[in-house]
Amino acid sequence: MNAHIELFLQQVLNGLTIGMIYALIALGYTMVYGVLQLINFAHGEIFMVGAHLALLMIWVLTSFFAGVPFWLVILGVFLFAMAGASFLGAAIEKTAYKPLRGSPKLTALITSIGVSFFLQNAVMLLCGSREKTVPEVVPNLRFGLGAVSFSLVQLIIFLTSLGLMFFLTWFVKSTSLGRAMRATAENPEAALLMGISVNRVIRVTFMLGSALGAVAGALFAMYYGSINFHDGYLAGIKAFTAAVFGGIGSIPGAMLGGILLGLFEGLAAGYISSEWKDAFAFLLLGAVLIFKPSGLFGENLPEKV
Amino acid sequence: MLELNHVYTRYEKVECLKGITFRVHEGEMVALLGANGAGKTTVLKTISGLVRPTAGEIFFRGKSIALLSAEEIVRLGIVHVPEGRKIFQKLDVLENLELGAFVRNDPGETAKDLEQIFALFPVLEKRLKQKAGTLSGGEQQMLAIGRGLMSGPSVLLLDEPSLGLAPILVSAIFKMIEEIHRRGKTILLVEQNARRALKIAKRAYVIETGQIVLEGSADEIRNNPAVQEAYLGGRERR
Repeated sequence: MNAHIELFLQQVLNGLTIGMIYALIALGYTMVYGVLQLINFAHGEIFMVGAHLALLMIWVLTSFFAGVPFWLVILGVFLFAMAGASFLGAAIEKTAYKPLRGSPKLTALITSIGVSFFLQNAVMLLCGSREKTVPEVVPNLRFGLGAVSFSLVQLIIFLTSLGLMFFLTWFVKSTSLGRAMRATAENPEAALLMGISVNRVIRVTFMLGSALGAVAGALFAMYYGSINFHDGYLAGIKAFTAAVFGGIGSIPGAMLGGILLGLFEGLAAGYISSEWKDAFAFLLLGAVLIFKPSGLFGENLPEKV
Repeated sequence: MLELNHVYTRYEKVECLKGITFRVHEGEMVALLGANGAGKTTVLKTISGLVRPTAGEIFFRGKSIALLSAEEIVRLGIVHVPEGRKIFQKLDVLENLELGAFVRNDPGETAKDLEQIFALFPVLEKRLKQKAGTLSGGEQQMLAIGRGLMSGPSVLLLDEPSLGLAPILVSAIFKMIEEIHRRGKTILLVEQNARRALKIAKRAYVIETGQIVLEGSADEIRNNPAVQEAYLGGRERR
């Protein structure tokens, strides 16, 4: 096959991989924005904490339970990171944001930046500021797909992310709590009149978003093989870009936005310069904000009187 | 059944309700009349738990509900159909109705209520899978009332159900409210359309700047010269 096409396909594949991770994080931004109209800048840090929890669990499982099949290790890592992160998400909501309900939006926004600094520094003090190597848990296998190849980790990233996205879509669409979530997002006061506990909906939203962010962190740790306390910053801002790109508040928007941003970055890294790939992501954010601020799926249903 | 005793509320230091006292008996339809900004909507919000009273008591079946959350009040059987309908526009009609039954745990009874609502508002059954935002104003009002009924309430608080509707729809909505009342719901009706409201309600209260200034049977209120001047547009034409 033509070398050009090969390079192209390989970059598409790599871009999609990182795009899946962005999409998982972006979902947390968009869901919280949906119910509270708050950009929760601490969400990138949840991703970073998730990555650290994953590393902790990998250490525990590989040191004390050597010989356990790798997929069981991964499952344990996911569950641990998700549980820890959703607890953290609920705790942040309760201590930092709930007391500010009803105050100007900017207050909560600035608080979220404060929470972000707090979490970064807490992790730095607890785990140190060195780059931490993640032991290899997934066998280093590569699969060929024509002229391009992908690793087992990449396959796991695809399957896990798509699985979680399907689950979330089903949850929001078909469960009573999911319906209550959409109702709260559209009109919190009317939701209260239905007897929906808006506080509970908000808490569940934070927990779900944090769990998804933690899985993204675990996948990131396994894919790149090393993590650091400041990894949440860039990943968080990129996922935020993805959420805005897709139309903040829209769940399918965050998924598509994340995947497209990853693709865009992958291609820019392959064809232009990998050192400038971060700049391209923000170029995209700038372009979206200028030309289509409501994003791909941004909707505005006029109120009928 | 529902009783307010000297209820006061304030929004940002401004007193909205200044000692509201009234009662609604079981099975009654009572109208609450008043001009824009008199405090009618605040009365309903205070009953349904969206606004907390700063003083006074609210009793439902002898039990104090002034400090309960909105959720607990819905569970007790009081439902507030808000002004401007406030239906969930991005959700479909069925989802709106299902949300009305959010607090319920009796699928059999809920399904029966849904059938009744379809009998009352056949148009909703035809539009089940349509986004609520695409309904006409009248249909949205029917959906808002139907959604309220889905919680299986004993008391219905209706806030301006005829607002912004074409005259022919206003008549239809009032007929439906009468029908709901005939089927056994207690109704507190807030309306600017005083003439219509007094036709279907048994008693009425008139509220002005946060205070009840007049109360009586619908006939007494209708024939009160001050009410005719202020709310019925001069002498009633017959």
